[in-house]
Amino acid sequence: MYETTYHRPSTLAEAASLFSGASEARFLAGGQTLLPTMKQRLAAPTDLIDLSRLAELKGIEVTADAVTIGAGTTHATVATSAEVARAIPALAKLAGLVGDPAVRHLGTLGGSLANNDPAADYPAAVLGLGATVHTTKRSIAAEEYFQGLFTTALEEGEIITRVSFPIPARADYQKFRHPASRYALTAVFAAQMKDGSIRVAVTGAGSDGVFRAEAIEAALAANPTPSALDGVSIDPAGMLADIHGSAAYRANLVTVMAKRAVGGWAG
Amino acid sequence: MAKVSLTVNGKALTAEVEDRTLLVQLLRDVFGLTGTHVGCDTSQCGACVIHLDGRAVKSCTLLAAQADGAAVTTIEGLAVGDELHPVQAAFREHHGLQCGFCTPGMIMSAVDMINRLGGPLDEETIRHELEGNICRCTGYHNIVKAIEAASAQMAGLSQAAE
Ligand SMILES: Cc1cc2nc3c(=O)[nH]c(=O)nc-3n(C[C@H](O)[C@H](O)[C@H](O)COP(=O)(O)OP(=O)(O)OC[C@H]3O[C@@H](n4cnc5c(N)ncnc54)[C@H](O)[C@@H]3O)c2cc1C
Ligand code: FES
Ligand code: FES
Repeated sequence: MYETTYHRPSTLAEAASLFSGASEARFLAGGQTLLPTMKQRLAAPTDLIDLSRLAELKGIEVTADAVTIGAGTTHATVATSAEVARAIPALAKLAGLVGDPAVRHLGTLGGSLANNDPAADYPAAVLGLGATVHTTKRSIAAEEYFQGLFTTALEEGEIITRVSFPIPARADYQKFRHPASRYALTAVFAAQMKDGSIRVAVTGAGSDGVFRAEAIEAALAANPTPSALDGVSIDPAGMLADIHGSAAYRANLVTVMAKRAVGGWAG
Repeated sequence: MAKVSLTVNGKALTAEVEDRTLLVQLLRDVFGLTGTHVGCDTSQCGACVIHLDGRAVKSCTLLAAQADGAAVTTIEGLAVGDELHPVQAAFREHHGLQCGFCTPGMIMSAVDMINRLGGPLDEETIRHELEGNICRCTGYHNIVKAIEAASAQMAGLSQAAE
Protein backbone atom coordinates (compact mmCIF):
# COMPACT_ATOMS: atom_id res chain seq x y z
CA MET A 1 0.00 0.00 0.00
CA TYR A 2 1.25 3.47 -0.85
CA GLU A 3 1.50 6.14 1.82
CA THR A 4 -1.66 7.95 2.75
CA THR A 5 -2.95 10.28 5.43
CA TYR A 6 -5.82 9.09 7.60
CA HIS A 7 -8.51 11.47 8.90
CA ARG A 8 -11.42 10.78 11.21
CA PRO A 9 -13.96 13.62 10.97
CA SER A 10 -16.73 13.77 13.54
CA THR A 11 -19.41 15.29 11.30
CA LEU A 12 -20.47 15.03 7.66
CA ALA A 13 -19.67 18.70 7.16
CA GLU A 14 -16.14 18.16 8.41
CA ALA A 15 -15.79 15.10 6.13
CA ALA A 16 -16.83 17.17 3.12
CA SER A 17 -14.41 19.98 3.90
CA LEU A 18 -11.51 17.56 4.50
CA PHE A 19 -12.30 16.03 1.12
CA SER A 20 -12.23 19.31 -0.77
CA GLY A 21 -9.01 20.35 0.98
CA ALA A 22 -7.07 17.23 -0.08
CA SER A 23 -5.48 16.57 -3.45
CA GLU A 24 -6.77 13.04 -4.08
CA ALA A 25 -8.99 12.01 -1.23
CA ARG A 26 -11.23 8.96 -0.89
CA PHE A 27 -13.88 8.28 1.70
CA LEU A 28 -13.32 5.15 3.77
CA ALA A 29 -16.36 3.31 5.16
CA GLY A 30 -16.00 -0.43 5.93
CA GLY A 31 -12.81 -0.59 3.89
CA GLN A 32 -13.80 -4.03 2.53
CA THR A 33 -13.38 -2.89 -1.06
CA LEU A 34 -11.13 0.14 -0.81
CA LEU A 35 -8.41 -1.39 1.39
CA PRO A 36 -7.98 -4.55 -0.74
CA THR A 37 -7.74 -2.25 -3.77
CA MET A 38 -5.11 -0.12 -2.05
CA LYS A 39 -3.17 -3.20 -0.97
CA GLN A 40 -3.00 -4.23 -4.64
CA ARG A 41 -1.78 -0.68 -5.40
CA LEU A 42 -4.73 -0.21 -7.75
CA ALA A 43 -5.76 2.87 -5.78
CA ALA A 44 -3.46 5.38 -4.09
CA PRO A 45 -5.47 8.11 -2.41
CA THR A 46 -3.38 10.81 -0.71
CA ASP A 47 -5.99 11.10 2.01
CA LEU A 48 -8.50 8.69 3.55
CA ILE A 49 -11.51 10.23 5.21
CA ASP A 50 -13.07 7.73 7.59
CA LEU A 51 -16.88 7.87 7.61
CA SER A 52 -17.35 4.73 9.67
CA ARG A 53 -17.96 6.42 13.02
CA LEU A 54 -20.33 9.16 11.83
CA ALA A 55 -23.59 8.89 13.75
CA GLU A 56 -25.28 10.83 10.92
CA LEU A 57 -24.84 7.81 8.63
CA LYS A 58 -26.24 5.21 11.03
CA GLY A 59 -29.68 3.90 11.78
CA ILE A 60 -32.67 2.07 10.32
CA GLU A 61 -36.12 3.64 10.14
CA VAL A 62 -39.27 1.81 9.08
CA THR A 63 -42.54 3.55 8.14
CA ALA A 64 -45.69 2.09 6.57
CA ASP A 65 -44.26 2.55 3.08
CA ALA A 66 -40.47 2.51 3.27
CA VAL A 67 -37.39 1.21 5.02
CA THR A 68 -34.69 3.87 5.24
CA ILE A 69 -31.18 2.74 6.08
CA GLY A 70 -28.19 4.92 6.91
CA ALA A 71 -25.32 4.57 4.42
CA GLY A 72 -22.91 3.66 7.22
CA THR A 73 -24.99 0.68 8.36
CA THR A 74 -23.11 -2.60 8.08
CA HIS A 75 -24.32 -5.62 6.14
CA ALA A 76 -24.44 -7.57 9.44
CA THR A 77 -26.72 -4.97 11.03
CA VAL A 78 -29.16 -5.08 8.10
CA ALA A 79 -29.04 -8.89 7.96
CA THR A 80 -29.97 -9.24 11.64
CA SER A 81 -32.42 -6.33 11.93
CA ALA A 82 -35.81 -7.63 13.07
CA GLU A 83 -37.43 -4.47 11.65
CA VAL A 84 -35.94 -5.00 8.18
CA ALA A 85 -36.83 -8.71 8.30
CA ARG A 86 -40.43 -7.83 9.07
CA ALA A 87 -40.83 -5.10 6.42
CA ILE A 88 -38.66 -6.44 3.55
CA PRO A 89 -37.42 -9.94 4.36
CA ALA A 90 -35.70 -10.19 0.97
CA LEU A 91 -33.49 -7.22 1.88
CA ALA A 92 -32.34 -8.77 5.16
CA LYS A 93 -31.71 -12.02 3.29
CA LEU A 94 -29.63 -10.21 0.65
CA ALA A 95 -27.49 -8.48 3.28
CA GLY A 96 -26.82 -11.86 4.92
CA LEU A 97 -25.51 -13.25 1.62
CA VAL A 98 -22.83 -10.58 1.10
CA GLY A 99 -19.31 -12.03 1.40
CA ASP A 100 -18.68 -13.73 4.74
CA PRO A 101 -19.33 -12.86 8.41
CA ALA A 102 -16.12 -10.82 8.84
CA VAL A 103 -16.82 -8.79 5.68
CA ARG A 104 -20.40 -8.21 6.83
CA HIS A 105 -19.20 -6.90 10.21
CA LEU A 106 -17.44 -3.96 8.53
CA GLY A 107 -18.79 -3.50 4.98
CA THR A 108 -21.56 -0.92 4.52
CA LEU A 109 -24.55 -0.16 2.31
CA GLY A 110 -23.08 3.18 1.21
CA GLY A 111 -19.71 1.68 0.33
CA SER A 112 -21.32 -1.04 -1.75
CA LEU A 113 -23.46 1.44 -3.70
CA ALA A 114 -20.65 3.96 -4.22
CA ASN A 115 -18.46 1.21 -5.60
CA ASN A 116 -21.18 -0.30 -7.85
CA ASP A 117 -19.34 -3.53 -8.57
CA PRO A 118 -21.21 -5.37 -11.39
CA ALA A 119 -21.41 -8.46 -9.15
CA ALA A 120 -22.42 -6.70 -5.91
CA ASP A 121 -25.68 -7.52 -4.16
CA TYR A 122 -27.16 -4.23 -2.95
CA PRO A 123 -27.53 -2.68 -6.42
CA ALA A 124 -30.07 -5.42 -7.20
CA ALA A 125 -32.26 -4.42 -4.24
CA VAL A 126 -31.94 -0.70 -4.94
CA LEU A 127 -32.97 -1.10 -8.58
CA GLY A 128 -35.37 -3.99 -7.88
CA LEU A 129 -37.37 -1.91 -5.40
CA GLY A 130 -36.93 1.45 -7.10
CA ALA A 131 -35.17 2.86 -4.04
CA THR A 132 -33.98 6.45 -3.62
CA VAL A 133 -30.34 7.22 -2.84
CA HIS A 134 -30.01 10.29 -0.61
CA THR A 135 -26.73 12.18 -0.58
CA THR A 136 -25.23 15.29 0.96
CA LYS A 137 -26.38 17.14 -2.16
CA ARG A 138 -29.64 15.60 -3.44
CA SER A 139 -31.89 12.56 -3.81
CA ILE A 140 -31.25 10.25 -6.74
CA ALA A 141 -33.71 7.70 -8.15
CA ALA A 142 -32.30 4.19 -8.65
CA GLU A 143 -32.78 4.41 -12.43
CA GLU A 144 -30.50 7.47 -12.61
CA TYR A 145 -28.05 6.35 -9.95
CA PHE A 146 -26.45 3.34 -11.67
CA GLN A 147 -24.50 4.33 -14.78
CA GLY A 148 -22.47 1.28 -15.76
CA LEU A 149 -19.56 -0.74 -14.37
CA PHE A 150 -18.20 0.91 -11.21
CA THR A 151 -19.91 4.11 -12.36
CA THR A 152 -22.63 6.06 -10.55
CA ALA A 153 -24.30 9.46 -10.59
CA LEU A 154 -22.21 10.52 -7.55
CA GLU A 155 -20.08 13.62 -8.06
CA GLU A 156 -16.66 14.31 -6.53
CA GLY A 157 -16.99 14.63 -2.77
CA GLU A 158 -20.69 13.70 -2.69
CA ILE A 159 -21.52 11.40 0.22
CA ILE A 160 -24.38 8.90 0.29
CA THR A 161 -26.24 9.50 3.55
CA ARG A 162 -29.11 7.02 3.41
CA VAL A 163 -31.22 4.89 1.11
CA SER A 164 -35.03 4.61 1.15
CA PHE A 165 -36.42 1.29 -0.02
CA PRO A 166 -40.17 1.20 -0.80
CA ILE A 167 -41.83 -1.75 0.94
CA PRO A 168 -43.13 -4.18 -1.72
CA ALA A 169 -46.15 -6.46 -1.51
CA ARG A 170 -43.77 -9.38 -1.95
CA ALA A 171 -40.17 -9.87 -3.00
CA ASP A 172 -37.32 -12.34 -3.02
CA TYR A 173 -33.62 -12.39 -3.79
CA GLN A 174 -31.95 -15.40 -5.35
CA LYS A 175 -28.18 -15.44 -5.67
CA PHE A 176 -26.03 -17.90 -7.58
CA ARG A 177 -22.79 -17.33 -5.71
CA HIS A 178 -19.33 -17.71 -7.08
CA PRO A 179 -18.09 -20.39 -4.67
CA ALA A 180 -14.68 -18.79 -4.04
CA SER A 181 -15.28 -15.04 -4.13
CA ARG A 182 -18.89 -15.30 -2.92
CA TYR A 183 -19.90 -12.44 -5.22
CA ALA A 184 -22.91 -13.01 -7.46
CA LEU A 185 -22.25 -14.93 -10.65
CA THR A 186 -25.85 -13.97 -11.37
CA ALA A 187 -28.49 -12.89 -8.89
CA VAL A 188 -32.03 -11.64 -9.25
CA PHE A 189 -34.15 -9.40 -7.03
CA ALA A 190 -37.80 -9.76 -8.03
CA ALA A 191 -40.59 -7.72 -6.46
CA GLN A 192 -44.27 -7.09 -6.83
CA MET A 193 -44.94 -3.60 -5.53
CA LYS A 194 -48.06 -2.61 -3.58
CA ASP A 195 -49.63 -1.14 -6.75
CA GLY A 196 -49.23 -4.54 -8.44
CA SER A 197 -46.35 -3.53 -10.71
CA ILE A 198 -43.44 -5.92 -11.20
CA ARG A 199 -39.76 -5.05 -10.90
CA VAL A 200 -36.96 -7.51 -11.65
CA ALA A 201 -33.33 -6.42 -11.26
CA VAL A 202 -30.32 -8.54 -12.20
CA THR A 203 -26.77 -8.26 -10.85
CA GLY A 204 -23.61 -10.18 -11.70
CA ALA A 205 -24.67 -10.81 -15.28
CA GLY A 206 -24.95 -7.57 -17.23
CA SER A 207 -21.93 -6.11 -19.04
CA ASP A 208 -23.15 -2.64 -17.98
CA GLY A 209 -23.76 -3.67 -14.39
CA VAL A 210 -27.13 -4.04 -12.69
CA PHE A 211 -30.16 -3.90 -15.02
CA ARG A 212 -33.91 -4.48 -15.13
CA ALA A 213 -34.97 -7.57 -17.08
CA GLU A 214 -37.86 -6.16 -19.07
CA ALA A 215 -38.86 -9.38 -20.84
CA ILE A 216 -39.19 -11.09 -17.47
CA GLU A 217 -41.11 -8.16 -15.98
CA ALA A 218 -43.57 -8.24 -18.90
CA ALA A 219 -44.13 -11.99 -18.59
CA LEU A 220 -44.73 -11.68 -14.85
CA ALA A 221 -47.07 -8.72 -15.28
CA ALA A 222 -49.33 -11.00 -17.35
CA ASN A 223 -48.96 -13.95 -14.98
CA PRO A 224 -47.00 -13.54 -11.74
CA THR A 225 -45.97 -17.19 -11.31
CA PRO A 226 -42.70 -19.04 -12.02
CA SER A 227 -44.22 -20.93 -14.95
CA ALA A 228 -44.79 -17.62 -16.77
CA LEU A 229 -41.02 -17.58 -17.34
CA ASP A 230 -40.83 -21.00 -19.02
CA GLY A 231 -40.56 -19.60 -22.52
CA VAL A 232 -38.63 -16.43 -21.68
CA SER A 233 -35.03 -16.27 -22.82
CA ILE A 234 -32.51 -13.49 -22.27
CA ASP A 235 -30.24 -12.26 -25.06
CA PRO A 236 -26.61 -13.21 -24.25
CA ALA A 237 -25.43 -10.13 -26.19
CA GLY A 238 -25.54 -7.85 -23.15
CA MET A 239 -24.04 -10.36 -20.70
CA LEU A 240 -20.65 -10.51 -19.00
CA ALA A 241 -18.37 -13.37 -20.01
CA ASP A 242 -15.29 -14.52 -18.10
CA ILE A 243 -13.55 -17.70 -16.95
CA HIS A 244 -16.35 -18.29 -14.45
CA GLY A 245 -19.18 -18.33 -16.95
CA SER A 246 -19.97 -17.54 -20.59
CA ALA A 247 -22.52 -14.96 -21.71
CA ALA A 248 -24.95 -17.73 -22.68
CA TYR A 249 -24.54 -19.40 -19.28
CA ARG A 250 -25.27 -16.15 -17.46
CA ALA A 251 -28.23 -15.37 -19.74
CA ASN A 252 -29.72 -18.74 -18.84
CA LEU A 253 -29.02 -18.16 -15.14
CA VAL A 254 -31.00 -14.89 -15.24
CA THR A 255 -34.21 -16.78 -16.09
CA VAL A 256 -33.43 -19.60 -13.67
CA MET A 257 -32.77 -17.22 -10.76
CA ALA A 258 -35.82 -15.10 -11.65
CA LYS A 259 -38.00 -18.22 -11.56
CA ARG A 260 -36.64 -19.15 -8.15
CA ALA A 261 -37.19 -15.62 -6.87
CA VAL A 262 -40.82 -15.63 -7.99
CA GLY A 263 -41.12 -19.09 -6.45
CA GLY A 264 -39.90 -17.46 -3.23
CA TRP A 265 -42.86 -15.04 -3.22
CA ALA A 266 -45.18 -17.74 -1.94
CA GLY A 267 -43.18 -18.46 1.20
CA MET B 1 1.98 9.10 11.64
CA ALA B 2 -0.96 7.99 13.72
CA LYS B 3 -1.02 7.41 17.46
CA VAL B 4 -3.09 4.29 18.14
CA SER B 5 -4.30 3.25 21.57
CA LEU B 6 -5.93 -0.15 21.91
CA THR B 7 -6.87 -2.70 24.48
CA VAL B 8 -5.34 -5.95 23.27
CA ASN B 9 -6.30 -9.10 25.12
CA GLY B 10 -7.20 -6.96 28.11
CA LYS B 11 -3.97 -4.93 28.13
CA ALA B 12 -3.84 -1.22 27.21
CA LEU B 13 -1.24 -0.69 24.45
CA THR B 14 -0.22 2.37 22.49
CA ALA B 15 1.93 2.74 19.37
CA GLU B 16 2.92 5.35 16.83
CA VAL B 17 2.50 3.91 13.32
CA GLU B 18 2.34 5.07 9.71
CA ASP B 19 -1.22 5.87 8.67
CA ARG B 20 -1.16 3.07 6.09
CA THR B 21 -0.32 0.40 8.68
CA LEU B 22 -2.80 -2.47 8.75
CA LEU B 23 -4.04 -3.70 12.11
CA VAL B 24 -2.45 -7.10 11.48
CA GLN B 25 0.95 -5.44 10.97
CA LEU B 26 0.59 -3.58 14.25
CA LEU B 27 -0.36 -6.78 16.07
CA ARG B 28 2.41 -8.91 14.60
CA ASP B 29 5.31 -6.56 13.92
CA VAL B 30 4.94 -4.04 16.74
CA PHE B 31 3.19 -5.95 19.51
CA GLY B 32 4.83 -9.31 18.65
CA LEU B 33 1.49 -11.15 18.62
CA THR B 34 2.37 -13.48 15.76
CA GLY B 35 -0.49 -15.92 16.39
CA THR B 36 -2.58 -13.89 13.95
CA HIS B 37 -1.53 -15.01 10.46
CA VAL B 38 -1.54 -13.47 6.99
CA GLY B 39 -2.43 -15.98 4.32
CA CYS B 40 -3.37 -13.82 1.35
CA ASP B 41 -3.33 -10.27 0.06
CA THR B 42 -6.89 -10.31 -1.26
CA SER B 43 -8.91 -10.31 1.99
CA GLN B 44 -10.26 -13.79 1.26
CA CYS B 45 -8.51 -16.39 3.43
CA GLY B 46 -9.49 -15.41 6.98
CA ALA B 47 -6.17 -16.45 8.58
CA CYS B 48 -6.01 -12.95 10.10
CA VAL B 49 -9.44 -12.93 11.81
CA ILE B 50 -9.45 -11.25 15.24
CA HIS B 51 -12.26 -9.76 17.33
CA LEU B 52 -12.71 -5.99 17.21
CA ASP B 53 -15.04 -4.87 19.99
CA GLY B 54 -16.35 -8.44 20.10
CA ARG B 55 -16.97 -8.98 16.38
CA ALA B 56 -14.89 -11.10 13.98
CA VAL B 57 -13.10 -8.96 11.38
CA LYS B 58 -10.17 -9.48 9.02
CA SER B 59 -7.26 -7.61 10.59
CA CYS B 60 -5.57 -7.40 7.16
CA THR B 61 -8.47 -5.30 5.89
CA LEU B 62 -8.57 -2.65 8.58
CA LEU B 63 -6.12 0.16 9.25
CA ALA B 64 -4.56 0.23 12.69
CA ALA B 65 -5.72 3.85 12.90
CA GLN B 66 -9.33 2.78 12.33
CA ALA B 67 -9.10 0.52 15.38
CA ASP B 68 -7.98 3.34 17.68
CA GLY B 69 -9.86 3.11 20.96
CA ALA B 70 -11.15 -0.41 20.30
CA ALA B 71 -10.82 -3.62 22.27
CA VAL B 72 -9.05 -6.33 20.29
CA THR B 73 -8.92 -10.04 21.08
CA THR B 74 -6.43 -12.24 19.27
CA ILE B 75 -5.84 -16.01 19.44
CA GLU B 76 -3.32 -15.33 22.24
CA GLY B 77 -6.12 -13.89 24.36
CA LEU B 78 -8.44 -16.92 24.42
CA ALA B 79 -6.79 -19.33 26.85
CA VAL B 80 -6.96 -18.62 30.56
CA GLY B 81 -3.52 -19.43 31.92
CA ASP B 82 -2.81 -23.02 30.93
CA GLU B 83 -6.45 -23.78 30.29
CA LEU B 84 -7.36 -23.74 26.61
CA HIS B 85 -10.58 -22.08 25.46
CA PRO B 86 -13.25 -24.77 24.75
CA VAL B 87 -12.92 -24.14 21.00
CA GLN B 88 -9.14 -24.54 21.15
CA ALA B 89 -9.53 -27.74 23.18
CA ALA B 90 -12.08 -29.08 20.68
CA PHE B 91 -9.75 -28.42 17.72
CA ARG B 92 -7.08 -30.49 19.51
CA GLU B 93 -9.51 -33.23 20.50
CA HIS B 94 -11.08 -33.56 17.02
CA HIS B 95 -7.87 -33.06 15.05
CA GLY B 96 -9.23 -29.85 13.50
CA LEU B 97 -5.86 -28.86 12.08
CA GLN B 98 -2.99 -30.20 10.06
CA CYS B 99 -0.37 -27.54 9.26
CA GLY B 100 -2.13 -25.10 11.58
CA PHE B 101 -1.74 -22.03 9.40
CA CYS B 102 -5.46 -21.31 9.11
CA THR B 103 -6.19 -22.34 12.70
CA PRO B 104 -5.98 -18.99 14.54
CA GLY B 105 -8.49 -17.47 12.10
CA MET B 106 -10.70 -20.58 12.17
CA ILE B 107 -10.84 -20.49 15.96
CA MET B 108 -11.53 -16.75 16.16
CA SER B 109 -14.34 -17.16 13.59
CA ALA B 110 -15.69 -20.16 15.49
CA VAL B 111 -15.77 -18.29 18.80
CA ASP B 112 -17.49 -15.36 17.07
CA MET B 113 -20.21 -17.54 15.53
CA ILE B 114 -20.89 -19.29 18.84
CA ASN B 115 -21.05 -15.93 20.66
CA ARG B 116 -23.47 -14.52 18.07
CA LEU B 117 -25.70 -17.52 17.41
CA GLY B 118 -25.47 -19.48 20.64
CA GLY B 119 -25.24 -23.24 20.53
CA PRO B 120 -25.33 -26.02 19.81
CA LEU B 121 -24.72 -25.25 16.13
CA ASP B 122 -25.49 -27.67 13.31
CA GLU B 123 -23.17 -28.59 10.47
CA GLU B 124 -24.96 -26.48 7.86
CA THR B 125 -24.78 -23.33 9.97
CA ILE B 126 -21.11 -23.88 10.75
CA ARG B 127 -20.21 -24.39 7.10
CA HIS B 128 -22.10 -21.25 6.07
CA GLU B 129 -20.46 -19.24 8.85
CA LEU B 130 -16.99 -20.47 7.86
CA GLU B 131 -17.25 -19.13 4.31
CA GLY B 132 -14.62 -16.47 5.01
CA ASN B 133 -12.00 -18.94 6.24
CA ILE B 134 -9.95 -21.04 3.86
CA CYS B 135 -8.04 -24.20 4.83
CA ARG B 136 -5.67 -25.88 2.38
CA CYS B 137 -5.14 -29.03 4.43
CA THR B 138 -8.02 -30.53 6.33
CA GLY B 139 -10.93 -30.62 3.91
CA TYR B 140 -12.83 -28.83 6.71
CA HIS B 141 -14.46 -31.98 8.02
CA ASN B 142 -12.70 -32.08 11.38
CA ILE B 143 -12.87 -28.32 11.75
CA VAL B 144 -16.64 -28.53 11.49
CA LYS B 145 -16.72 -31.45 13.93
CA ALA B 146 -14.59 -29.49 16.43
CA ILE B 147 -16.88 -26.46 16.24
CA GLU B 148 -19.98 -28.65 16.56
CA ALA B 149 -18.56 -30.21 19.72
CA ALA B 150 -17.36 -26.91 21.20
CA SER B 151 -20.67 -25.17 20.51
CA ALA B 152 -22.58 -27.97 22.24
CA GLN B 153 -20.20 -27.94 25.17
CA MET B 154 -20.37 -24.13 25.52
CA ALA B 155 -24.18 -24.19 25.32
CA GLY B 156 -24.17 -26.75 28.10
CA LEU B 157 -21.83 -24.61 30.16
CA SER B 158 -23.89 -21.47 29.75
CA GLN B 159 -27.05 -23.38 30.70
CA ALA B 160 -25.32 -24.76 33.76
CA ALA B 161 -24.30 -21.22 34.74
CA GLU B 162 -27.87 -19.90 34.55
C1 LIG C 1 -13.83 -11.38 0.67
C2 LIG C 1 -14.88 -10.39 0.24
C3 LIG C 1 -16.07 -10.85 -0.28
C4 LIG C 1 -17.06 -9.95 -0.69
N1 LIG C 1 -18.21 -10.46 -1.21
C5 LIG C 1 -19.18 -9.61 -1.61
C6 LIG C 1 -20.41 -10.10 -2.12
O1 LIG C 1 -20.66 -11.30 -2.18
N2 LIG C 1 -21.34 -9.20 -2.53
C7 LIG C 1 -21.14 -7.85 -2.43
O2 LIG C 1 -22.01 -7.10 -2.78
N3 LIG C 1 -20.00 -7.36 -1.94
C8 LIG C 1 -19.01 -8.20 -1.52
N4 LIG C 1 -17.86 -7.68 -1.01
C9 LIG C 1 -17.69 -6.22 -0.92
C10 LIG C 1 -18.32 -5.68 0.36
O3 LIG C 1 -19.72 -5.76 0.29
C11 LIG C 1 -17.91 -4.24 0.64
O4 LIG C 1 -18.25 -4.02 1.96
C12 LIG C 1 -18.60 -3.16 -0.15
O5 LIG C 1 -18.51 -3.39 -1.52
C13 LIG C 1 -17.95 -1.81 0.11
O6 LIG C 1 -18.40 -1.30 1.32
P1 LIG C 1 -17.39 -0.69 2.37
O7 LIG C 1 -18.22 -0.05 3.41
O8 LIG C 1 -16.44 -1.71 2.79
O9 LIG C 1 -16.70 0.49 1.54
P2 LIG C 1 -15.19 0.94 1.34
O10 LIG C 1 -14.35 -0.16 0.88
O11 LIG C 1 -14.75 1.68 2.55
O12 LIG C 1 -15.41 1.99 0.17
C14 LIG C 1 -15.75 1.59 -1.15
C15 LIG C 1 -15.93 2.83 -2.03
O13 LIG C 1 -17.10 3.55 -1.65
C16 LIG C 1 -16.79 4.89 -1.29
N5 LIG C 1 -17.73 5.23 -0.21
C17 LIG C 1 -17.90 4.53 0.95
N6 LIG C 1 -18.93 5.04 1.66
C18 LIG C 1 -19.42 6.08 0.93
C19 LIG C 1 -20.50 7.00 1.14
N7 LIG C 1 -21.30 6.95 2.23
N8 LIG C 1 -20.72 7.94 0.19
C20 LIG C 1 -19.93 7.99 -0.93
N9 LIG C 1 -18.91 7.16 -1.17
C21 LIG C 1 -18.66 6.20 -0.25
C22 LIG C 1 -15.33 4.87 -0.93
O14 LIG C 1 -14.72 6.12 -1.12
C23 LIG C 1 -14.78 3.83 -1.89
O15 LIG C 1 -14.56 4.41 -3.14
C24 LIG C 1 -16.85 -8.54 -0.57
C25 LIG C 1 -15.65 -8.08 -0.03
C26 LIG C 1 -14.67 -8.97 0.38
C27 LIG C 1 -13.39 -8.45 0.97
S1 FES D 1 -4.77 -12.44 5.45
FE1 FES D 1 -6.16 -13.41 4.10
S2 FES D 1 -8.03 -12.48 4.69
FE2 FES D 1 -6.61 -11.45 5.93
S1 FES E 1 -4.59 -26.76 8.63
FE1 FES E 1 -3.26 -26.14 7.04
S2 FES E 1 -4.38 -24.52 6.15
FE2 FES E 1 -5.79 -25.31 7.53
